Amino acid sequence: MDIVELSRLQFAVTALYHFLFVPLTLGLSILLGIMETVYVMTGREIWRDMTKFWGVLFGINFAMGVATGITMEFQFGTNWAYYAHYVGDVFGAPLAIEGLMAFFLEATFVGLFFFGWNKLSKVAHLIVTWLLALGANFSALWILIANGWMQFPVGARFNADTMRMEVTDFMAVMFNPVAQAKFVHTVSAGYVTGSVFVLAISAYYLLRGRHGPLARRSMTVAASFGLASALSVVVLGDESGYTAGQNQKMKIAAIEAMWQTEPAPASFTLFGLPDLAAHKTNYEIRIPWVLGLIATRSADTPVPGIEELVGIARQRTESGLIAYKTLQAIRKDRNNPTLRKTLDEHVDDLGFALLLKRSRPDVENATPDEISRAAASTIPDVPVLFWAFRLMVAVGFFQIALFAIAFYLSARRQLDRYRVFLWTALCSLPLPWIAIELGWIVAEYGRQPWAIVGVLPTALAVSSTDASNVMFSLIGFFVFYSALLVVDVMLLLKYIRLGPDQTLGHPVVPPVISTLNTAEA
Amino acid sequence: MDYMTLRLIWWALLGILLIGFAVMDGFDLGTAALLPIVAKNDEERHLALHTIDPVWEGNQVWFILGGGAIFAAWPPLYAAAFSGFYLAMFLVLAALILRPVGFQFRGKFEGRMRGVWDAGLVISGIVPSLIFGVAFGNLFVGVPYNFDGDMRFHSTITLLSLLNPFALLVGLVSLSMILLHGAAWLNHKASGVVAERARRVMPYAAAAYAILFAAAGFWLIQRDGMRITMIGDLNGPSNPLLKTAATAPGAWLFNFYSHPALWLLPLAAFASAWGAVLLRKRPLGAFLVSACVPLFTIATAGAALFPFLLPSSSEPGMSLTVWDASSSKLTLGIMLAAVAIFLPIVIVYTGWVYRVLRGPVTMDDIGGHSGY
Repeated sequence: MDIVELSRLQFAVTALYHFLFVPLTLGLSILLGIMETVYVMTGREIWRDMTKFWGVLFGINFAMGVATGITMEFQFGTNWAYYAHYVGDVFGAPLAIEGLMAFFLEATFVGLFFFGWNKLSKVAHLIVTWLLALGANFSALWILIANGWMQFPVGARFNADTMRMEVTDFMAVMFNPVAQAKFVHTVSAGYVTGSVFVLAISAYYLLRGRHGPLARRSMTVAASFGLASALSVVVLGDESGYTAGQNQKMKIAAIEAMWQTEPAPASFTLFGLPDLAAHKTNYEIRIPWVLGLIATRSADTPVPGIEELVGIARQRTESGLIAYKTLQAIRKDRNNPTLRKTLDEHVDDLGFALLLKRSRPDVENATPDEISRAAASTIPDVPVLFWAFRLMVAVGFFQIALFAIAFYLSARRQLDRYRVFLWTALCSLPLPWIAIELGWIVAEYGRQPWAIVGVLPTALAVSSTDASNVMFSLIGFFVFYSALLVVDVMLLLKYIRLGPDQTLGHPVVPPVISTLNTAEA
Repeated sequence: MDYMTLRLIWWALLGILLIGFAVMDGFDLGTAALLPIVAKNDEERHLALHTIDPVWEGNQVWFILGGGAIFAAWPPLYAAAFSGFYLAMFLVLAALILRPVGFQFRGKFEGRMRGVWDAGLVISGIVPSLIFGVAFGNLFVGVPYNFDGDMRFHSTITLLSLLNPFALLVGLVSLSMILLHGAAWLNHKASGVVAERARRVMPYAAAAYAILFAAAGFWLIQRDGMRITMIGDLNGPSNPLLKTAATAPGAWLFNFYSHPALWLLPLAAFASAWGAVLLRKRPLGAFLVSACVPLFTIATAGAALFPFLLPSSSEPGMSLTVWDASSSKLTLGIMLAAVAIFLPIVIVYTGWVYRVLRGPVTMDDIGGHSGY
C-alpha cells in the first residue's frame, strides 16, 4: 500500500472508532439532563439515581470518546500536511473554535458532573449537567461546519501568492447549508443512539425481572425522546439529500447508481445490482418521482446522471489546466496583471487539474486520454454507496417503528407486557451504530476522489512522510484502540450486569416506598 | 489593525496558549508522573489522583485548543511540525490517550489490573512532558526541511535525529519543570503523607530545573542560531519562500543583546522556581509561584526564537517565521475575535469550578467514590 492508501485507512479507522463513542455521548448527555430535570422538578430520588446510574455508563463511554478524539485534532497535521497547508486558513478556524467554545465547556463540567453531587446544590448540579450536554452538542456543530466545508467549500478562494485556499466570507462557511443539514442529521442520530442504548438495556432488566421502577421510567424517557429524534433523523436526512442534490450531484447519482440523466422527476431505485463496466443497473425496482422530489424539491428539474456529470468534470479539468498553467507562469512573473486575470477566470476549476497529478507530475502536458481518465475518476464507488445508503435508510425506518411502538406501550403503561417487544428492543442495540458508521461511509467515501470537493484531491492532500511511519502508526492505533474498546465494552457489560442497586451502593426504589422509608426513619 | 500587528498578536496568543497548557495541564501531568514517589499504596495513589480527577479533563483542552489554534492561525507550522515530528507526535498522542481511559477505568478495576492503569497514568505524565521539551529543543537546533514550489513540505527528520543531546537537555528542563509544578500542586491540594512527600520533592525538582535551564542557556551561547538576512513586506502574503535567512554563532541570544530587558524573563523563571521552594510551607502561594516557572520558561524560549517559529537547518531561508507562516489577515482577525469572546468565559467558569472544589483532598473524600 502506498502512503495515500495507508493514510486514508488510518483516518477511516480512527474516525470510525471515534464515532462509536461520540453519538452515545451526544444522546446520553441530553437524556441525563432530562432525567435530572425531572429529579429537580419533582424531588423524587429515583430520578437522581437514574441520572447517576446512566451517568456511570456515560462516563465509561465519554472517556473513550475523548481518548479517540485527541488523535483527530492532530491527524490533519501529522498525516494530511498538504491538506493542512492548503485549506488550514478555512478549515482550522472551526476546529479551534470547537475547542474554545465547546470542548472546554464539555470537559470542564464533566468533572463536576461526577464529583459535584455533594458539593453543589440541586439546581447548580442540574445546570452543570446541561452545560455538559450543551458543550457536547456545540462540539458537534463546529466539527460538522468543518466537515460540511469539505463537502461544499463555500466562502473561500485560492490565493496564488500563498498557494492555498483562503477565507473570503466566514459567515458563508458558518452557515453552509450542507453543514447545517449535517449537524441536525448527525446530532439527531446521536440522540437516537442514546435512546436505543437506554431502551435496550432497560428492556434487558425487564426481561430479567430486575430494576423494574428504574427500567420503566428510563424506557419512557427513551421512547419519547427517541421517537422525536428518529423522525428528525429521517426527515432531516432527506434535507441532507436535498442539499447534496444542489452541491454534490455526483454523490447522489452514485448513491442512486443513476448512470444516465432521467427526465424529471427522477425515480428512486429501491433495489438493483449496479454494473460498473456497462454503466447500468440490473434488476431495478423503481419508485417513480421520489428521487426528483427529494433531490430537487420540484417536479420539473432533472437530476443529472453520472455520465453527464463526468462530461462536466471533463470540461472543468480542461478549464482547470488553463488555471494550472497560468499559475506556473505567475510564479515566474508575480505581478503580471493579464496572468492574474486569466487565473481569476479559471481558478474555480484548478482542483480538477490537480486530479491529473495522479497520472503525471507535469500536469500541463496531459493528453486528452489522461484528461478523460481524470474526469472518470470523479465517480465514487457506486456499489458501496448504493448499498450502504439503503441499509442505513432501512435501519432508520426500523428505528422509527421501534420507538413508535415503545411510545405507544409506555403511554398505555404496558412496557413490560410483551416479551417479543422487549427482545426486539434488546436486539436493536447495535443498530444505531451500524446506521451511523454506514452514514459516514456514504458521506466521506462518497466524497472521493476529493478531500475537498472540487478543490483538493485526496491523493495530493497527504503528508510527505515515510509510508513505513504511517504503517507503524496505523497498526499502533488499531491495536491500541481495539484493546481499549474491549476494555470499554467489558466495563459497560460489568456495570450493566451489576445493575443500578449495586453500582450506586444502595437500592433504587420508587417514590412511594421511599416516602415510607423516610417516614419510618 | 494591520496584518503585521495581527501576526504579532497571534504570536503572543500562541505563547499564551502554550503557557496555558503547561500551567494547567502541567500540574496534572506532574501529579501523574510523581505517583511512584509520593504514593506508596493504593489508597495514597487514589488520594493523589483524586486531587486532579475532576479537573484534568478540562485542563487537557488547553492542548487540544493549542493544536486547533496552530491549525487556524499558523497552518504551515501545523503542517510542518506535526508531519515532521511524526513518530514523536504519535508517542505523545498514545500517551495522552491513556489519560482519559486511565482516570475513568482505574477505579473500576482491582488488584493487578488497577496497577496496570496506574502505570499507564505515570507513563502518560512523563512521556508528553519530556517530548514537548524535546520538540522545543529541536526548534533551537533546527530541523532539516524544505518546501517545493507547490508549498509541499518535505523533510528528512527521523525520531532519532530529534533525540539529539541539546534537545534531550531541553526535554529534561521541561520534565523537571512539570515535576516541580506537580509537586507544588500535590503540596497544596493533597493532604497527609502524600502532601508531605510532594513537599520534600519540591527542592530537588527546583534545583534540577535551575541547573538544567542554566546549562541549556550557556550551551545556547556556543551554538549556532538563526537570523533573517533579507525579508520584504512584513504585511505581505504568508509565503516562506520569499525571504533569506542564515545561521550565525550565538544568534539565539541576539534578541537579548538588543533588548536587555528580556533578561528579566529567564531571571524571573529562576526566581519563581526558588520562590516556590521557599514558600512551600504556604502551599497555595507556592503553587501559584510555581505556575510562573512554565510561564517565564516558555516566554524566554519565545523571546530567543522570535521571529522564528520552526527554523529549517537545511534551507534556512525556508524557515517558518511570524511574518510568513500565518493565516490570512481575515482568518487571524476572526480567530482573534473568537478568542477575545470565549477565552474570558472559559477562564470565568474554570475559576468557578476550582472554587467549588476548593480545599485539600483528604482520605475521607475518597471513601465514597469507589464506583463513581
